Amino acid sequence: MAQVKVNINGAPYQAEVEPRLLLVHFIREVAGLTGTHVGCDSTSCGACTVLVDGVPSKSCTLLAVQVDGGDLQTVEGLERDGQLHPVQEGFWEEHGLQCGFCTPGMMMTAVALLERNSNPSDDEVRRAISGNLCRCTGYVNIVKAIQYAGAKMRGEPVTGAAESAA
Amino acid sequence: MAVAVQGMGHSVKRKEDPRFLRGKGNYVDDLKLPGMLYMDILRSPYAHANIKGIDASRALAMPGVLAVVTGKDLDAAGLAWMPTLMSDKQMVLPVDRVVYQAQEVAAVIATERYIAADAITQIDVDYEPLTPVVDPIRALDPSSPLVRPDRENKTNHIWHWEAGDKEATDRLFEQAAVVAKEDIYIPRIHVCSIETCGCVASFDRINGKLTIWMTTQAPHAIRTVFSLVSGIPEHKIRVISPDIGGGFGGKVPVYPGYVIATVASLQTGRPVKWIEDRSENLQADSFARDYHITAELAADADGTMKALRVKTVADHGAFDAAANPSKFPAGLFSICTGSYDMQAAHVEVDGVYTNKPPGGVAYRCSFRVTEAVHAVERMVDSLALKLEMDPAELRLKNFIPPEKFPYKSATGWEYDSGNYPAALHKAMERIGYQDLRREQAEKRARGELMGIGISTFTEIVGAGPSHTFDILGIKMFDSCEIRIHPTGSAIVRIGVQTQGQGHETTFAQIAAEELGLPVANITVEHGDTDTAPYGLGTYASRSTPTAGAATAIAARKIREKGKLLAAHLLEASPDDVEWVDHQFQVKGDPSRAKTMADIAFAAYTNHPQGMEAGLEAVDYYDPPNLTFPFGAYICVVDIDRGTGEVKIRRFLAVDDCGNIINPMIVEGQIHGGLTMGMAPALLEEITYDEAGNIRQGTFMDYLLPTAMETPAWETDKTCTPSPHHPFGAKGVGESATVGAPPAIANAVVDALSHLGVTHMDIPIKPWMVYKVLEEHGLAQP
Ligand code: FES
Ligand code: FES
Repeated sequence: MAQVKVNINGAPYQAEVEPRLLLVHFIREVAGLTGTHVGCDSTSCGACTVLVDGVPSKSCTLLAVQVDGGDLQTVEGLERDGQLHPVQEGFWEEHGLQCGFCTPGMMMTAVALLERNSNPSDDEVRRAISGNLCRCTGYVNIVKAIQYAGAKMRGEPVTGAAESAA
Repeated sequence: MAVAVQGMGHSVKRKEDPRFLRGKGNYVDDLKLPGMLYMDILRSPYAHANIKGIDASRALAMPGVLAVVTGKDLDAAGLAWMPTLMSDKQMVLPVDRVVYQAQEVAAVIATERYIAADAITQIDVDYEPLTPVVDPIRALDPSSPLVRPDRENKTNHIWHWEAGDKEATDRLFEQAAVVAKEDIYIPRIHVCSIETCGCVASFDRINGKLTIWMTTQAPHAIRTVFSLVSGIPEHKIRVISPDIGGGFGGKVPVYPGYVIATVASLQTGRPVKWIEDRSENLQADSFARDYHITAELAADADGTMKALRVKTVADHGAFDAAANPSKFPAGLFSICTGSYDMQAAHVEVDGVYTNKPPGGVAYRCSFRVTEAVHAVERMVDSLALKLEMDPAELRLKNFIPPEKFPYKSATGWEYDSGNYPAALHKAMERIGYQDLRREQAEKRARGELMGIGISTFTEIVGAGPSHTFDILGIKMFDSCEIRIHPTGSAIVRIGVQTQGQGHETTFAQIAAEELGLPVANITVEHGDTDTAPYGLGTYASRSTPTAGAATAIAARKIREKGKLLAAHLLEASPDDVEWVDHQFQVKGDPSRAKTMADIAFAAYTNHPQGMEAGLEAVDYYDPPNLTFPFGAYICVVDIDRGTGEVKIRRFLAVDDCGNIINPMIVEGQIHGGLTMGMAPALLEEITYDEAGNIRQGTFMDYLLPTAMETPAWETDKTCTPSPHHPFGAKGVGESATVGAPPAIANAVVDALSHLGVTHMDIPIKPWMVYKVLEEHGLAQP
């Protein structure tokens, strides 16, 4: 057994775990944060993407012990003070999700992209999310959602595809 | 004052999204119950083998392992086999023989996920490999080994099915001036929703109630089947289909894992969770397509189509577990005359067993419409080449004319409505068809390769009318129950089950439109058999045509009562009260009006003597006919002469699904459908080697489209309402998956047609194109 101590979304988590425990299972089952999903067993789908010290990482392909002492961010940490993150807002406004299963991983990748490139081209967005599979949306609205978030973060005016509720 | 209801036609922001965006969805694997056990499944490495013995002693000796379940254990309880949806039966666990690779062989029940996974490696199975039956054509040879010796008929042939008029068709072919003929293979593919399948089965020994959280698209049907098979009374079974991470038809069947987990919970009295891995999902869960088609299209010399003849061998794998309506072993394949006015057609399909996992399930179209559309749309292009005619012109010449609807097809379907020329003209204009043809000619002269592909498909959805449509005898109606609360908000419960389609929003919009209540004040619930009215579930684009209709009609029943309440409140005769602009008013006097909220309050506080209190209704809707959405798709491809790669430059989809509830959601459905149409056209296929080993068993080899291969889809629409649906809608979820593959294949063939290419099987891989280029000296090294 091994000690793992990490921060997830700013909160400390500490547990005695098997050295072989996958990070995604640490997050989902030890920390109880089930927003991070598992969609494959070959590091292909990106449903498990979280930020490890700011870097988008497939948590199904890391052991929990490898990130000991690390700073993790998951979908549950995106909302701040009851305000959705611009990426969350973009996905809602532009209908960037359907079943929602790929969405947390997709959004974490988008957050990391916009942090290093605040004004990506559509092609750069597509390249950034090419390790995240979505079976529902056909990606067009995901690209729009991320562009919406980028514009919002740059302080530009934004309008989404959706009408807001009356 | 009229309320802002945001009913039909509004792009309402989805009501389900707040939880998904925050990582607070409730998927099956998110559920953790006290005392929960975990199950893992040992699978067969062989496609065909006898099992001579299973020794689980080493696994059972491991700390944390509670049980190992084998076929012999299930057999003792009469549960080693279960019925399929197609009147066949399927092994839950094998007693003495495995019939496909990755078939379930034994299951471990343990206290932890990792222990269960360890333990399956400690089970010793003594296999005696047998010759597998891999090729469905050779399977029909009398000398072939038998896949299913358990059946009375000692053959691999499952059934023969045909539709249309053989004699008339053959006669037209004899007289025809031109006949185009192609062999068309539509490969085996897999839906691969990003969430795999799984369940948590929880049997409560005290009250004898079994609750199963399951990744299912059809919870009510599952409850009935589980009750019939297990003998547990139906009121003691509750199936909950929580948030589902994509379905596309792959979550309609009953998989052995669900049954074994349930048995394990019954035996241990503890909740048992089973979640399959991606490789298990991809290797063993049901597959789609796998149709070997020979199609012929006969025409006059001027291009007037006369007749279509189609013969098909359908590879169903080892169990016929297709999820079709009972009377249609080949689904709705006989829609294959498509959008064209033909005098006769004859379609034959032969279902065959092979040593592969069950086929014939779904890939965002379960009823074989994709196969039908691919066949006819490819044949139209093949005929155009023979006639040296533009494929758009040939289509326009042969479309069923708008004035002929309702139209009786040569295979017996009654198309409800359509306007095919309008859709194609719109697509051609918007994409600049004539300019593209000019560009192509210029490029061809320079040795560059581009192609333009058209698909003008007709879909058939909304199963279905009870006189013809049932699954295991259960009629394919669907349902809705609406209750309006005293303060003017409502709950809508439906018999269908969303897997991403946005039912919590769209069904609220239908109810809002019909009731005059704001969308924001309506909750939609589904997927819990203890609370939702009975329905057959969501697949085959049936939710809006069936449960959507039920919602409108239940709301109209409420309006009937509402009218009486309004008359009472307005002190008018009911005959003088009318429903205008989402409220009741005295005829011709908008100043004397009552909203549905007023009516609701009165229904509980001030209802007239002699009237029941409350305001609710339920409807079970039996559609009078299917609906027939359609579309005109145009795809432009460029071919890389250095690699043979096909690049989709533009893809325009003009869809017609009748009246639209939420345009934003419909567009999203089309984007997703197009992507799942492109996938089998260019990327995805499941193949087996001679030993029956699957060659694409993980996401490393089975290529789902990423954002890199997927083009920026362009969409547009025409609107031809369904005349028989209560609000003129038709259904749209699968249109694009059905319509897109032939548009892409036709574009590639078009790019190569001057080299003599008339057909290419999908998926069209770069090497296939490169080979053609090489043969004609066009490849760039
Ligand atoms: S679960 Fe698929 S990449 Fe991690
Ligand atoms: S929204 Fe379903 S997989 Fe992306």
